[in-house]
Amino acid sequence: MLTQPDIAALLITLKLAATTTLILLLLGTPLAWWLATTRSKVRSAIEAVIALPLVLPPTVLGFYLLLAFSPDGPIGATTAAMGLPSMAFSFWGLVLGSAIYSLPFVVQPLQNSFAGLGRMPLEVAATLGAAPLDRFISVVLPLSKLGYLTAAVLGFAHTLGEFGVVLMIGGNIPGETQVLSIAIYDHVEALEYSQAHWLAAGLLLCSFLVLLMIYSANRRFHLMKTA
Amino acid sequence: MGHIKLAFEDNSEHKLRIIRGSSGKHYAQITNGAPFDIFLSADQRRPRRLVEEGLAKESGLTTYAHGQLALWSKQNNLQLNREYLLNTNNYCVIAIANPRLAPYGKAANELLSILGLESLVREKVVMGENIAQAFQFAFSGNADLGLVAYSQTESPNLRGQGSVWLVPSNLHRPIKQDMVILTDSAAALEFSSFMKSAVVRAILLTSGYLLPEVAP
Repeated sequence: MLTQPDIAALLITLKLAATTTLILLLLGTPLAWWLATTRSKVRSAIEAVIALPLVLPPTVLGFYLLLAFSPDGPIGATTAAMGLPSMAFSFWGLVLGSAIYSLPFVVQPLQNSFAGLGRMPLEVAATLGAAPLDRFISVVLPLSKLGYLTAAVLGFAHTLGEFGVVLMIGGNIPGETQVLSIAIYDHVEALEYSQAHWLAAGLLLCSFLVLLMIYSANRRFHLMKTA
Repeated sequence: MGHIKLAFEDNSEHKLRIIRGSSGKHYAQITNGAPFDIFLSADQRRPRRLVEEGLAKESGLTTYAHGQLALWSKQNNLQLNREYLLNTNNYCVIAIANPRLAPYGKAANELLSILGLESLVREKVVMGENIAQAFQFAFSGNADLGLVAYSQTESPNLRGQGSVWLVPSNLHRPIKQDMVILTDSAAALEFSSFMKSAVVRAILLTSGYLLPEVAP
């Protein structure tokens, strides 16, 4: 059934998806808030940039990241100047790639959720004397629970199934950059079809459970609201 | 393959359509009914397996070339050789193709183990899914060295770039590449015999391959 490297790949995949989702929620919150509230003219341009990873084929994105990570590339030169190891073939390189790749899946639900709040709750909180940060934490966050749930699950699930970006920048190092999708691909290429089936079934089941979780939470949330 | 296509179409009424991809993927497609006439694999295992499974005839199976392994670096003017590879302080990252999947990766692994480097460089090895990706890692400069196919470093776009060492063939098992005929079409038979012609043999030699009968 599952071999030791397969289990390592599963763990790396979960760690990658969880880390990426956490980082995207932290960075995505101010970004989505700004997009939802600003009247700036550059808003549309920023929105378009955030949606770009949806258009670009993942292997293409991965290829350009690989070039950027090289010693002459912008990211590679920066990390070298800071005395950091290269991002290529490392777990943190994968996190960066996944964060770019899954960015729209986290920012867009958050932005929609923030925009849907309207100005009323915040203005009421302000008249009651709440400071901006307090307004955000005690008014916006609780009201945007569903948006956060959707963003987290979409970001997580999208990173679980990631293949092209990792293929290009990972280097297939067991326990470091060898993720589930790559392990499945390797099994197929090596004609080890039964192992590929086991892993693929595991990935499908995992994804199904994650999606089931969000949809049932979504339903319960709506029932609560209407009750 | 592009040169071979041009030469074939010059001498034949048939047209050649090339579908590129890894040998493992093509194998999976062929076993599931892909409409290919002939399969040129990078190894011997997959064509043989098609014959064993009754999807191709034994008589249609031949070795069309011997691949050669090369050590390549993006940096110009390096004296790449056995000693350079043995001195592991010379490099931090070395790219190879996945030995489980790619014959050049397997040969690269054999080279590293013959030189006693297997455990020394384990931390430095990154794997591409295939030899093209291993080359990309080295070409982009993310890997200091790449154990790649000599046919890649000798391709017209890259010849003369970077530094290269043609790895002596006694340092790994031969990389025999087989092809197998999948249909009875006249075009397949014609192309199969064309692959043994003097024209193709000349192309193979200038492209960094050895001839099929040469046992390196």
